Amino acid sequence: MAIQSLFIANRGEIAVRIIRAARALGIRTVQAVSAADGDMLAARLADAVVPVGPAHASKSYLNKEAMVRAAVESGCDAVHPGYGFLSENADFAAMVEAAGLIFVGPAPETIRRMGDKAQARREAEAAGVPTVPGTDGVVSDLAAAQAEAERIGWPVMIKAAAGGGGRGIRVARDAAELATLFPQASGEARAAFGDGGLYLERFIARARHVEVQVLGDGVRAIHLYERECSLQRRRQKVWEEAPAACLTPDQREALCASAVRLAERVGYRGAGTLEYLFDGETGEFFFIEMNTRIQVEHPVTEMVTGIDLVQQMIRICGGETLALAQEDIRLDGHAIEVRICAEDPDADFRPSPGTITALAVPEGDGLRFDTMLFAGYQVPPFYDSLLGKLIVHAPTRAAAIAALAGALEGLKVEGLPTTTPLHSALAADPEVQAGTVHTRWLEGWLEGRAAGASSPSASPVVPSPA
Amino acid sequence: MTVKTIQAPLPGTFYRASGPDEPVFKSEGDAVAIGDTIGLIEVMKSFTPVIAEEAGTLVAFHVENEDAVMAGQALYDLDA
Repeated sequence: MAIQSLFIANRGEIAVRIIRAARALGIRTVQAVSAADGDMLAARLADAVVPVGPAHASKSYLNKEAMVRAAVESGCDAVHPGYGFLSENADFAAMVEAAGLIFVGPAPETIRRMGDKAQARREAEAAGVPTVPGTDGVVSDLAAAQAEAERIGWPVMIKAAAGGGGRGIRVARDAAELATLFPQASGEARAAFGDGGLYLERFIARARHVEVQVLGDGVRAIHLYERECSLQRRRQKVWEEAPAACLTPDQREALCASAVRLAERVGYRGAGTLEYLFDGETGEFFFIEMNTRIQVEHPVTEMVTGIDLVQQMIRICGGETLALAQEDIRLDGHAIEVRICAEDPDADFRPSPGTITALAVPEGDGLRFDTMLFAGYQVPPFYDSLLGKLIVHAPTRAAAIAALAGALEGLKVEGLPTTTPLHSALAADPEVQAGTVHTRWLEGWLEGRAAGASSPSASPVVPSPA
Repeated sequence: MTVKTIQAPLPGTFYRASGPDEPVFKSEGDAVAIGDTIGLIEVMKSFTPVIAEEAGTLVAFHVENEDAVMAGQALYDLDA
């Protein structure tokens, strides 16, 4: 039974994106709106809007009962959760299904299973997908630790079982260092936490974040290649690319095949992403977690494959079997997305809600701007700061970076500070251009930049990665 | 004695405590010293404390916990 009427249980740019995909499929759209969002772009575009509660997300976009009630009462037969908010809430998915509606996403049990990190790791191991090597629990003594470290591979991270938030972590590069550090770490952990138990995990100094996009219909799954999102600040991605230029063709094949094995093992339905750490020095990749929803950075995959992921997930969840075969998916060129946020990069990324006084969007081949903005729009202070995503597509990575620099010049969001200048600076950076970054590179780069700004005579600083 | 109305310094969501299970920073009738935290305002997932710039007695709040506030909106009355 194809979906006739879709309830959008989200806001911002992804709500706009879902409305456009639904409209292309001839589906009526009903937009949820909080008290602060009556004038947002998605509300203007949707066929109907339904108020779901006050501005505060816990009383509106995170209110499961209010969302399900609004979807039912507005005559919808399906709910699209977008990303964030209730998108990975298994209870919400179950409530939508219990109300007789389609949840545009995987089965509630799949969300629950893959949302539990330990269980997801066990599923990965059962599917033959590598996970970060480590001990199975606490190691009893130094001799056991030496044997385990040899199996795990150097360098190893020594972590206190009772610790958290990175406290008490040490890195041993070889057996001699482990012999020194293990007793120290154990004593310190006993003093700090009253428990000297330690476990070991492989330490990846310059990990890159790679992730594989999959589509599944509950039985069969395919991959749509990978993205690299190593440029992060406070674990938030700021710049994403497809494909990952750091991979060899063989590594890409192995990585993507592993994601399909895991997606098929869990009977995945809809669009999903498997996140991995990639060690560029050894060429190894390790599964870390699965996101059971559409992701912010999905457009880069759409640009290099030509597949509309949001339409695909709506069609599959509406009951179609996956129409695409793996051979249908071909990589074409390189795409980059940058997140344009209402934050001031020159003031420690201070959030900057306000009114958009003028908006100019660059247009042309290989350019796309997914946004919630229009001139005169008042960006509310109650939700995240993402205003839009500028996406470029070109034959090569170098050409894509050049196209991005040009597109950023043409993008004018007036009325409040945005992260646009940060992206222009990144596009001009030699290390970004060379692609030699890792997940902690950007924070070091920002620190160096802040230090450079405070001493005006200093030449531009390109710090070595932390 | 004069009662002053203190306004929100920035727009966002007002919180009277640092977490759902935490005690409120201030109740009506409490003494307020300069530098005391009265509440928090969340702007785009980032939290800014509302700090008292004047001492006195907190007479009344104009907003509830988790209310949306605009910059310049009345937050609380202070008997200074």
